[in-house]
Amino acid sequence: MKLAYLGVLVFILLASGWLEVVLRTRVYTRWRRLVLTLTVPVAVFVVWDIYAIGADHWGFSDQYTTGILLGVLPLEELLFFIVVPIAAILSVEAVRSVKGWPLGDEVLPDLPPDAHPDLHIGPLR
Amino acid sequence: MTYTQLALVGVAAVVLLDLLVVRTRLLTRKAFWVPYAIIVFFQLVTNGVLTGFRIVTYNGDMIVGDSTPIDGPPPFLGEGRIAFAPMEDLLFGFALVLLSIMMWVVWGRRGVQRTPMAGPPLWRDRARDAQ
Repeated sequence: MKLAYLGVLVFILLASGWLEVVLRTRVYTRWRRLVLTLTVPVAVFVVWDIYAIGADHWGFSDQYTTGILLGVLPLEELLFFIVVPIAAILSVEAVRSVKGWPLGDEVLPDLPPDAHPDLHIGPLR
Repeated sequence: MTYTQLALVGVAAVVLLDLLVVRTRLLTRKAFWVPYAIIVFFQLVTNGVLTGFRIVTYNGDMIVGDSTPIDGPPPFLGEGRIAFAPMEDLLFGFALVLLSIMMWVVWGRRGVQRTPMAGPPLWRDRARDAQ
């Protein structure tokens, strides 16, 4: 049962991963953008987690985790902050694949593709 | 700071970033809220497992509800809990999800692998071929 928490993470990967194939989310395909994206939430939430463990907000079961620690942080927690953002981005791109609603990073047809990114902010909704 | 306070600060910070600082304005878009509804459903399920089986336990001094009991699961609903998890976890999750999607859009806006865009779904291939 030491693999219980890891099992939850595997479930999240599988429950979201099929979107990459069936809805062509192209999130894993665009892995450089994905890696850059992950740096910020991983950094922020690892710091939050380490603080919360130190301040005794929460703790982890020895019985249901591998026991592998990175300092005070269980390995599963670091992986959580990678797996959950990926699942969230897959969900967003899956809905975009079906509905086509804009997210704010699209190239507007009447702007040259190399136009400054700030030009895309205003009118995009 | 308690978890309750920190969670509220976390949500306020990402909302401020989205609307005023980075101006991704995801909070004004269907393209955020519809996926978020799907995400929050799966959060309740997976986090329910993590908190209901006491894989993660909480200190009652730091949340609205009571500490995770030593001898059994916490309340399923009520006493500050939603699907076994402290209601603070919904704020925590919202901050994590909004920040993550925001950064994905930021890098796309800056031209990092903006394309190839998502879609179309596989099932639309057949519809297109039939035309």
